[in-house]
Amino acid sequence: MSSTRLFRAVARLPLSGKIGLVLVIFWIVIAAIGPFIAPYPPGSFSNQEVFSESSSEFWLGSDYLGRDVLSRLLSGARFTVGLSAVAVAIAASIGTGFALMAAVGPHWVDELLSRAMDTLISIPSKIFALVLVAAFGSSLILLTVIIAITYVPGNFRIARSLAVGLARLDYVEVARARGEGRLHLALVEVLPNMIRPLCADIGLRFVFIVLLLSGLSFLGLGLQPPDADLGSLVRENTSGLAEGALAIIAPAVAIASLTVGVNLLIDAATQGKAR
Amino acid sequence: MNPAPHVAVRNLSVTVRAPDGSPLRIVDDVSFTIQRGEVMALIGESGSGKTTIALSLLGYARSGAKISGAITVGKASFGGAGQATLAAQRGNRITYVAQSAAAAFNPSRRVIEQVIEPALIHGTASAAEARKHSMALFEALALPNPETIGSRYPHELSGGQLQRLMAAMALITRPDLVIFDEPTTALDVTTQVEVLQAFRKVVREQGATGVYVSHDLAVVAQMADQILVLNRGKVREQNSVKAVLETPSDDYTQTLLAAAQPVIKAAVPTVAPTAVGAAPLLSIEGIHAGYGAIDRNGCAAHPVLTDVSLHIGRGAAVGVIGESGSGKSTVARVVAGLLAPTAGTVSLDGEPLAASLNRRTREQLRRIQIVFQNADIALNPAHSVGEILGRVLRFYHGSSSHQARQRIAELLDLIRLPAGIADRRCDELSGGQKQRVNLARALAANPDVILCDEVTSALDTVVREAILELLAELRRDLGVAYLFISHDIATVKALCDEIVVLYKGTRVESGLRDSYAAPPFHPYTDLLISSVPELRTDWLSSVGPQASARFAHMHESAALCRFVPRCPVAVAGRCDVTPPPHRAMTAGNTVLCHRTESELTGS
Amino acid sequence: MSAASPASRWRGPLQLVAKRIGLAFVTLGLVSAVIFTISGLLPGDAAQELLGQGATPEQIAALRSEMGLDRPALVRYFGWLRGIVIGDPGKSLVANMPVADIISERLPNTLVLAGLTTLFAVPIAFLVGIWSAVTRGHAADRALNIMTLAMVALPEFLVATIAVLVFSVKLLWLPSITIVPQDPTLVEFLRAYAMPVMVLGVGVIAQLGRMIRAAIIAELDRPYVEMAVLKGVSQPRLIFRHVLPNAVGPIVNAMALSLSYLFGGAIIVETIFSYPGLASLMVNAVTSRDMPLLQACAMLFCATYLFLVLIADTVAILANPRLRQG
Repeated sequence: MSSTRLFRAVARLPLSGKIGLVLVIFWIVIAAIGPFIAPYPPGSFSNQEVFSESSSEFWLGSDYLGRDVLSRLLSGARFTVGLSAVAVAIAASIGTGFALMAAVGPHWVDELLSRAMDTLISIPSKIFALVLVAAFGSSLILLTVIIAITYVPGNFRIARSLAVGLARLDYVEVARARGEGRLHLALVEVLPNMIRPLCADIGLRFVFIVLLLSGLSFLGLGLQPPDADLGSLVRENTSGLAEGALAIIAPAVAIASLTVGVNLLIDAATQGKAR
Repeated sequence: MNPAPHVAVRNLSVTVRAPDGSPLRIVDDVSFTIQRGEVMALIGESGSGKTTIALSLLGYARSGAKISGAITVGKASFGGAGQATLAAQRGNRITYVAQSAAAAFNPSRRVIEQVIEPALIHGTASAAEARKHSMALFEALALPNPETIGSRYPHELSGGQLQRLMAAMALITRPDLVIFDEPTTALDVTTQVEVLQAFRKVVREQGATGVYVSHDLAVVAQMADQILVLNRGKVREQNSVKAVLETPSDDYTQTLLAAAQPVIKAAVPTVAPTAVGAAPLLSIEGIHAGYGAIDRNGCAAHPVLTDVSLHIGRGAAVGVIGESGSGKSTVARVVAGLLAPTAGTVSLDGEPLAASLNRRTREQLRRIQIVFQNADIALNPAHSVGEILGRVLRFYHGSSSHQARQRIAELLDLIRLPAGIADRRCDELSGGQKQRVNLARALAANPDVILCDEVTSALDTVVREAILELLAELRRDLGVAYLFISHDIATVKALCDEIVVLYKGTRVESGLRDSYAAPPFHPYTDLLISSVPELRTDWLSSVGPQASARFAHMHESAALCRFVPRCPVAVAGRCDVTPPPHRAMTAGNTVLCHRTESELTGS
Repeated sequence: MSAASPASRWRGPLQLVAKRIGLAFVTLGLVSAVIFTISGLLPGDAAQELLGQGATPEQIAALRSEMGLDRPALVRYFGWLRGIVIGDPGKSLVANMPVADIISERLPNTLVLAGLTTLFAVPIAFLVGIWSAVTRGHAADRALNIMTLAMVALPEFLVATIAVLVFSVKLLWLPSITIVPQDPTLVEFLRAYAMPVMVLGVGVIAQLGRMIRAAIIAELDRPYVEMAVLKGVSQPRLIFRHVLPNAVGPIVNAMALSLSYLFGGAIIVETIFSYPGLASLMVNAVTSRDMPLLQACAMLFCATYLFLVLIADTVAILANPRLRQG
């Protein structure tokens, strides 16, 4: 029943949305199985030549140390997709949780949370992330937490305006008049009606997070060797730029195909609903 | 000799795409003609296609709709090759007065710029001429300060003023046809009279040809020469106003006429006021309430209710009536505990209730249920009908899922909906069905009193009558009491034994239904009753111009009678100096006024 | 209201603007507390960091008191804040010179880059936004939508990489490193800035264009627009006389937001093109954990952001008759 509905929803997506969906699914699959299908171990110096062209042995050529670019890309995608997904999940849980508290809680809770989030949101996210990285360093876990915290205020702002709007509606008033507790109001009356619009926000925030993470790694402030995400791959191969090496273009294009794919999908899905 | 009709519509159809992609005819083969200088009314309920027809006379279709058929207005025709098209005549030869002027005026531009804009962009007058003409129109439309009113921004003006300014905008080019699209629906009934009078005067003076779109037969009776009755995009009847009102031939027209004058068939014994000494079921004593911060004297920053008292006996129905801003919905919110009053008490069976919700017991909460006006936002779209009702049963009665299912079936039967609807989501239901579910949710609690906040206002006349009928039956069968809040005195009179009139948060009159049949009334009640359009063509003329208020210059004051600035019978030296007393009249009603019973009867 | 004297006419909006200014200062104060807390208090000891593992406890203690790290946190915070306010945010730990000197050398460069990007991107963004709003749902809008959608999702380093490959490596038109010579001619100046401005502009055009489109479309759906159409108002007049005046608020806000986005982009772009601006300076400060420098840079970016938002708010207040009249 629900699977046929899902199928119909997919069939109704415009071409751009279908392309987006294919890209998103592709990257989810790569993140899941990438390391297992990699032809070489990502750290091994398998090619004598550095910045080699594409060949049947090395589909995406070799990098600045002669490592297989495809293998490194397959394992780097797991970091980029996985870390971003975890970070967005943390950010959305905290942001939306706070938003619900602000919407159904006493007035001072809303005031306090909104004031705090307004403060954090006036620190541009990349600047905020840089300060956090400088202070705490960038181990895998810290990096995830830092990126998540950076995007809590943005999610809170969207979720709060949704939740406060919904909490003013008559059906929430009726539940309040019935004597329902705040938890019921938040989770049963308000939250279910936020999920659809929030999905779009979470998708967008995922894109921002991928870009931020890659950006940090590109600057050498993100994931530290020997771990390497797609941004790190671009960084380590910058010396190949003058030759137009695949080793620098492939990971950059990989990031773009992921973020553009998510964007196309969200846009198509939200437009289909609006019209 | 029979001149060619000024407006001719032949075989007009308008098609839109249904959500599933199939074509859907929302206007189906409509034909009519209008002679020069006549006003044709298009009447019907929502979804009848009346506004769509009106807009197609401007060559305009809302997004995605397709117009087919032949339309001629004066020298212009729809899609006519080689001659003037309707679309090119928009705002020039054919003009439009929108439903809500408050939304249809551009908020960031001065009113005068917008009123004379059609004349300027179509080159029918110079800016100076247009300004002069607009002032004459403002004068004719009885707008205050015709010379300066135009320099204001829309947000500085009232709804009734904006609606008249919009009529001036429509007449500035001396058009061949003016389309009025429900122009008074958003207004209070007392404002509606003034606007209707202004419209009728100006239409007659200018000899304008008009199309008047409305759902209200009584309004149309004042404005139109001909009536076209529409239902689901089809013409049901077309005749002169007199013929439609007096000898309607179509059964749908008859239904509409009957619904316009609600008479409840379910016989309900009038509940006598509770005997002296016995505590009424619900009593509200000296309530003051408002919004915003509360100052040191215990007054809210935006006070809404001042010293409101009323009592509801077991099984009684008490109506609260007033125009927008009268605080009538606030009464319900205070009783339900959603808004804590700044002073006064609400008691149930003589026992005072806590001001705020979370200090009332669950049993107290169960006995008072609230039903809101707009079922679209009163029912959670994420839940099914069964879940909505089941939650109430579990919450108040601890019902098991089996018990709940049984009770839900009973409740649905009570409100005349099929049991299968329990599995449906609310957004799949019609407006009337939603309002029934909305009621069923209150009934699920087995309440003693239901607070009905404008529960019939958003509904079409025919559906409204059915809901009123249902409310009366439920009261008869279950003995539930109502606090019934409405802006419509006819609805309140049909359902309630006792009526309270609120004006700007004060109770100006209260009494049994029968005491509202004839004077003495409070001057405001008088205005309210005389403002309700009647189903006869000469009603508007018989109302006469509203008597001018002597203290129109005065600012309303909380210390005095709040009605003074609008009161036609205010007495100098009394009404503008001391607060009025509550006077008991012989018919049993109480009136908050300086005037004596005999003075009020004579006025 | 309309009869009010000119002086009292402006009291309402001025009060509102004054309130916003006050609020911006409060927010900036809170921001400073957040930045100081994160970068100055929580992590390990800057003295330990600076001297390395081999330092004796005595050496560390000496440096600590020299840097003032042994004072209570609140005292250090207010000392630091005072320094920021009077324009002397301390000494760089790495370069061993006043932070103010380093910043005043770099700041103009970033301002030039941001200014040029604004001049380049904002008019194009308006064009894109207005064009796609008026052709809403049609081919032009759909094409622009897909384009801007992709553009906001592109990482700056990809755009920069492609630009370098095309314009420097293949076509040999532009230098891959931005070096502005002393007293440049106009051509030298434009050649130097062409690529960084282009790369930064891509994101701004896409983001601002989309927000302008959204702001106009939100207005197009309001009843007064239908009324204007039924009055026979032409399309250009509808957009420029009726819709845009009402969309000023959201549009200026969008501009403030995308200009602040510019800083984020500048971090990557300045690094790629080895451009000596404030953003690349901040990256260096992070790498070398030069906290006084980092804090000052962060405060400067936040203050600029708040200033832009304040300007946007003020414009929005003055453009709205309802707010303008208090």
